[in-house]
Amino acid sequence: MFPPLPNPNVTPGPATYGAQDLVRRSASTVEPPARQLTPVAKLIDVSKCIGCKACQAACLEWNDLREEIGYNHGVLDNPLDLTADSLTVMRFTEWVNPDTQNLEWLIRKDGCMHCADPGCLKACPSPGAIVQYSNGIVDFIHENCIGCGYCIKGCPFNIPRISKKDNTVYKCTLCSDRIAVGQGPACQKACPTQAIVFGTKQEMKQWADLRIKDLKSRGFRNAGLYDPPGVGGTHVMYVLHHLDQPHIYAGLPDNPRISPLVELWKGMGKYAGLAIIGLTAAAGVLHHLLQGPNRVTQQDEESADRLAGGGT
Amino acid sequence: MTNSWTDIKNTDLVVIMGGNAAEAHPCGFKWVTEAKHNRGAKLIVIDPRFTRSASVADVYAPIRQGTDIAFLLGVQNYAIENDKVQWEYVKNFTNATFIVKEGFGFQDGLFTGYDEIRRDYQRDSWEYELDADGHVVRDDALKNPRCVWNLLKAHVSVYTPELVERICGTPKDTFLRICGMIAETSARDKYMTSMYALGWTQHSKGSQNIRAMAMLQLILGNIGVRGGGMNALRGHSNIQGLTDLGLMSNLIPGYLTLPTERETSFDDYMSTRGFKPLLPNQTSYWQNYKKFFVSFLKSMWGDAATANNNFAYDWLPKLDVPQYDVLRAFELMHQGKINGYFCQGFNPLLAFPNRRKITAALSKLKFLIVMDPLQTETARFWENHGAHNDVDPATIQTEVVELPTTCFAEDEGSLTNSGRWLQWHWAGGTPPGEAKSDNWIMGQLYQRLKELYQKEGGKVPEPILNLDWRYKDPGSPSPEELAKEFNGYATADITDPADPSKVILSKGKQVVSFAALREDGKTACACWIYSGAFNEAGNNMARRSTNDPDSTGAYPNWAWSWPANRRILYNRASADLEGKPWDPSRKLMEWDGSTWTGYDVPDIAPNAKPDVVMPFIMNPEGVGRLFVRRMMREGPFPAHYEPFESPAVNVLAPKVRGNPAARVFRGDLEQFGDAKEFPYAATSYRLTEHFHFWTKHVKVNAALQPEFFIEIGEELAKEKGIKSGGWVRVWSKRGSIEAKAMVTKRIRPLTCDGKTVHIVGVPLHWGFTGAARRGFGPNSLTPYVGDANVETPEYKAFLVDVEPISGPVA
Repeated sequence: MFPPLPNPNVTPGPATYGAQDLVRRSASTVEPPARQLTPVAKLIDVSKCIGCKACQAACLEWNDLREEIGYNHGVLDNPLDLTADSLTVMRFTEWVNPDTQNLEWLIRKDGCMHCADPGCLKACPSPGAIVQYSNGIVDFIHENCIGCGYCIKGCPFNIPRISKKDNTVYKCTLCSDRIAVGQGPACQKACPTQAIVFGTKQEMKQWADLRIKDLKSRGFRNAGLYDPPGVGGTHVMYVLHHLDQPHIYAGLPDNPRISPLVELWKGMGKYAGLAIIGLTAAAGVLHHLLQGPNRVTQQDEESADRLAGGGT
Repeated sequence: MTNSWTDIKNTDLVVIMGGNAAEAHPCGFKWVTEAKHNRGAKLIVIDPRFTRSASVADVYAPIRQGTDIAFLLGVQNYAIENDKVQWEYVKNFTNATFIVKEGFGFQDGLFTGYDEIRRDYQRDSWEYELDADGHVVRDDALKNPRCVWNLLKAHVSVYTPELVERICGTPKDTFLRICGMIAETSARDKYMTSMYALGWTQHSKGSQNIRAMAMLQLILGNIGVRGGGMNALRGHSNIQGLTDLGLMSNLIPGYLTLPTERETSFDDYMSTRGFKPLLPNQTSYWQNYKKFFVSFLKSMWGDAATANNNFAYDWLPKLDVPQYDVLRAFELMHQGKINGYFCQGFNPLLAFPNRRKITAALSKLKFLIVMDPLQTETARFWENHGAHNDVDPATIQTEVVELPTTCFAEDEGSLTNSGRWLQWHWAGGTPPGEAKSDNWIMGQLYQRLKELYQKEGGKVPEPILNLDWRYKDPGSPSPEELAKEFNGYATADITDPADPSKVILSKGKQVVSFAALREDGKTACACWIYSGAFNEAGNNMARRSTNDPDSTGAYPNWAWSWPANRRILYNRASADLEGKPWDPSRKLMEWDGSTWTGYDVPDIAPNAKPDVVMPFIMNPEGVGRLFVRRMMREGPFPAHYEPFESPAVNVLAPKVRGNPAARVFRGDLEQFGDAKEFPYAATSYRLTEHFHFWTKHVKVNAALQPEFFIEIGEELAKEKGIKSGGWVRVWSKRGSIEAKAMVTKRIRPLTCDGKTVHIVGVPLHWGFTGAARRGFGPNSLTPYVGDANVETPEYKAFLVDVEPISGPVA
């Protein structure tokens, strides 16, 4: 058994990470964070998953969301797809292995992969709507979201969904609110078979090795860890029985990459941004030349102190 | 369970047959994944459908529903033929060597003594040969053709792999592969666990399904060991507690039996409950029956139960029929003979077979009281809900009273889990509205009934007037008070037999365990197997230590396990005749020369010598039974019988329909369909997203599985022109339902006796109340017949027809 995470601390304490831990911020540049958090990861072991949907229920409960009561569509998947409320869904695939002629029922928990190189963040034009912490979590900051949906286009895994209620985009936060206080994500907590485990990325890779060894001993020659390099690796990883063909797991991309369009847009944006910075600097020099240096008055100093909370 | 959930991690091989643990017991299933991960254990799943459990199995085998006995006797035959037998275990710890009386036999699907008119057996020939001392005659060399082993060998010899394939539809190569894996566990140091549930019980021969596997486990030496056992996965969090506390109509708490009307006196009753040992020097623990029974009567009637009135034996109800099971109760209701009904915490309108009959029966009642935390369909059986409950309220005169109750999370108490652990829980919330606990309702009811008897008298008022009701608030007994009563206490000072001046337990003190119970009335105990749960050491059910010495999975100080905090039943069988563990790496109990030591509480007297007293002390034989004498209604060995509604005839006995000893009420036989009219073999089951009829009221669960559906294979869908996600009608001889169709590769047609058998799956969970969409349940379709011994209805095997329809009616 992977050592279980401790039960929640019931005395409220400060969050262990936050804005100061940002390594990326959409449409913005950030200073390198003062410290490096240990990269975390959620490992989803598809070979241990029994499709009980406890993760889906836990996600709805923790985030206080309620999915619409839908219909049966001739499959066990419900809802059929990710929504702005269902940030994770189980996808069921009935696959006949051509080598053995055995039916394999592949059940994959779908949701945000928390890419090290996040396509959503790169595509986002709204400053600070998408951020990435130094532990690897990619989070959406809803008050900054303008609902343009570019992140959806930018995601190589087709994960974010736009809400009809507030016209902003939602996806799994890796329970950043829980992680910040030393807990694991809600889905991991609820998973009865430890098909979902959570820890440092390093620990998760080591744990995955054990699982892959077990699978290989049971005849799954191509068992392996899905941590796709095309997006710089991910902070949600899968143990797959058939790493040679991820697409059989309800269309998991074989080799996910950020869309070239996003790279192009980011590229152009970058140059446009640099041009703006250059122009501003030039204007500043001109201003200095024409008007002389700015003088800071006593009043300015006092206002600045007030803004900074009267601090030192 | 003989073992516990946590013990499953110790196994080498898990066989899930007659259940779907991953789907129905996802939390307990974690111990299967632990065994796989840590020990490299293998998982075999045998089921008509490729289930969620099958999705993580090493081997899956399809089987036609209702043919488990043929499969299991086939495995027994394989083990015997290939000498895959734990011989030392079989020869010493089972009745293999016992000689059966002359005259016993089996022919054309029937054992000796069958009476076709009564659908019952005269069971005299199903008995051992006894010597002059009343001990069984044995043949240790297993040469006598009438010894149990040779009778068994002959009985199972017909179940060849070819016959298994012909009956079950399981491909021969898959069957043989599974036989090979199972047979390996006949080694002293290899163990298999059997995990089963309603997939075995809900058949007209459910008890024999379970016996067939229990016998196999004895042959392989897998009972009483870590990682072995017969493990019944109980469906409801406290259904184990229900049977323990005797909520069956023929039981009183602790698996004591209610007297029959022929047992008019206390002595008559006790005369058949002596359980004299059948081997010299053997312990027969039920010889303590009288202590448990008298203590029970003392807990019922307190000071009014005295030696002079045989501890109020006369006030116990006496059964005039074998049992008032639910099928009989609703049959009597249907006949107008039961006219008032208390429905406490269940939903018969959707749960009992032949819903049309259930509706008709409820409509004949004068009153129906429903106690439930939630809205149930039963409470609204009289309302018209269109196709989902098509009744005419004007014609129904039943008065329905709903008493809203608390649910388990709003009250404290204990729940007994599948592993016999009594786990105390505390209230986690406040009951809504006018909801009251079941104890409060029962307390109030009793006060009023008593008052009526006091005022108005009546026939036999004594049992009510003299009931021992020593609760602080008589209108609301507390869970703690009830738990203490189950544990038992001294009703008088108990003195040391060696020194009568010395009081060893003073009046009113809790007894330490059932070993302290007495037959002289000086102790009271409501449920002897729960004795020890709440003694003078406190509430042992509330213990929460995760300490587990040497990680055996016993967790001896977590909660409390009956009996005597024992975690694995028959644990003395984990060691050989010298008391040495069969598998030293999985030691459970060991004889140290003078006493039994180990990780568990020994299931035998601590000083009982290993070569003298055999491990199965609850049987008068002291050993496990491969042959059960007269105890099972349909025979001492399991035999293959088809379900009452089957796509195939019984190839071994074409004239026998269903289980020949199963009870069928007049009128119900005519309502059984046959394969000509209803060609498809249907089965029913639960889904992981829901719990019975509760969670359809919960928005989260309802969203995860919102709408009723049935499952069929791609081949049948193609034949019938049914599209996945499209609408179908499914009907049996007793009713018709409409549903969405789920077309799946997980259900494949089977070939049985040269014929293609299509399977139709009908999940349960939908009704006409709650947050989920309205739907039907399998009980609209299933037949009104139950297991021959315990009357659990046959929900798992019935016949239907199916057709595509354009959409639901209204």
